[in-house]
Amino acid sequence: MSQNGAGVNENGSRAYTSNEMMTIAAARLLRDGGVCFVGIGLPSAAANLARATHAPGIVLIYESGTIGAKPTVLPLSIGDGELAETADAVVSVPEIFAYWLQSGRVDVGFLGAAQIDRFANINTTVIGDYAHPTVRLPGAGGAPEIASAAKEVYIIIEQNRRTFVNKVDFITSAGYLDGYGARARSGARGAGPTVAITDLGILRPDPVSQELTLVSLHPGVTLERVRAATGWDLAVSAELAVTPSPLPEELAALRELQRRTARAHGAETAA
Amino acid sequence: MKHLSLSEAVAEFVHDGDTVALEGFTHLIPFAAGHEIVRQKRRNLTLVRMTPDLIYDQMIGMGCARKLVFSWGGNPGVGSLHRFRDAVEHGWPVPLEIQEHSHADMAARYAAGASGLPFGMLRGYVGSDLPKFNPSIKFVTCPFTGETLAATPALEPDVAIVHAQQADRHGNVLIWGIVGVQKEAVLSAKRAIVTVEEIVDELATSRNATILPAWSIAAVAHVPGGAHPSYAHGYYARDNAFCKAWDGISRERESFTAWMERHVLGTADFAEFRNSIAAVPA
Repeated sequence: MSQNGAGVNENGSRAYTSNEMMTIAAARLLRDGGVCFVGIGLPSAAANLARATHAPGIVLIYESGTIGAKPTVLPLSIGDGELAETADAVVSVPEIFAYWLQSGRVDVGFLGAAQIDRFANINTTVIGDYAHPTVRLPGAGGAPEIASAAKEVYIIIEQNRRTFVNKVDFITSAGYLDGYGARARSGARGAGPTVAITDLGILRPDPVSQELTLVSLHPGVTLERVRAATGWDLAVSAELAVTPSPLPEELAALRELQRRTARAHGAETAA
Repeated sequence: MKHLSLSEAVAEFVHDGDTVALEGFTHLIPFAAGHEIVRQKRRNLTLVRMTPDLIYDQMIGMGCARKLVFSWGGNPGVGSLHRFRDAVEHGWPVPLEIQEHSHADMAARYAAGASGLPFGMLRGYVGSDLPKFNPSIKFVTCPFTGETLAATPALEPDVAIVHAQQADRHGNVLIWGIVGVQKEAVLSAKRAIVTVEEIVDELATSRNATILPAWSIAAVAHVPGGAHPSYAHGYYARDNAFCKAWDGISRERESFTAWMERHVLGTADFAEFRNSIAAVPA
């Protein structure tokens, strides 16, 4: 699925994967010098790519209490030793959530999700009924408060019919709730999800309805394909763009990061 | 504070039906203590932990728990906890009641418990469905600003268990690196057991590192390697191979039970357990 189409360049040869395009597109959106509260996995990969390319001064906070972490390899868990060793400061978990997140010091909360809906609400709790779930997911972690307290939220997620649903089975972390200003009325301090980056394109909330709207297609991806991967009648921007292809230096930096990561975790594994 | 063996500490301080919190946020996870609770066949525990991972998967799969209080349950970097899911989805080996919160909430609950306050408070759960399914999450109005804030009951476990790098001969405990919520867990509990990598003559650190004075702890047990397969900063790295292998071991009830019987129930202590798993070809 992730290999299909999006990784084909102008010459018809496969120069990068759709996963690489997603990570690079997300990394580009992070500002140098900004403060980013990072989830593990795809957000962490994109945030560290940003740090390795255009945003060397980005401050990465992981919920394990590491502030200003500068890992040379991608962490496998939210509390890898590498994060503590490279951080400007390491604080307790109560402190990271109360003093650093809740107080409004975070510019971007960067989250992944199992499911997202048309109003960018995210689910990491259950698929199906809460009492009798079809799939029990890991749960909330730090996400509900990251989603409400960060000045804005970026979401990175693979796009298909299982992940992009009309209404999530469970709102773990609020996006725009029912849209049309419902989030602001709920008392959330941060602006909410201002962008969702997928392996197919980039979506942003409509200024009025706050419904996720496709604003950019990754190279080689058709609109039909995005519609087919979306569980609702997808709104498309009148100024639909095409995401610039990954630059050679972006791809090189991402692949080097992943090579280092595989080597480090492989070495730890052998020890 | 008493210096005890881990088996003595669990026998004395962990009882059937207790509320037990094993803490350690990806770092310094008290695996050895969890195994000892399994060996001593404690039952009907309410297990509390922000991030139930492999150790709670093992304890849940061995039938120690009747309830789990948590905020994120998974095998970090690998995937699902199969025994946790089997208990939630199918009630195996015994039904597991769950009570779930967010991390910020659990942290606030521990801090409230440590502070002797009845509830923790946070600007939390805005727009989230969690309060609809967890009646212990309530909301209060700030008497000064009128703002609505989440309020959840203080955590006051019967027992907290944490793993630390060092204790001195008096039982003062030093933790460094990612310190998680261990200090709050220990101070919120009626009794606390600390397993340590090393017992030293003097803690070689400044006094504003994370130190738990001996008199705040019930027992210290010397268990080198006691956080394996998680890591102990300054001592050993995380055993990622084990965490990946656990996915296969735990996937089926039979393979899980056979593994636990052979390596945990079939060994006397954590040192024997380590030798037992090392003898199995990867």
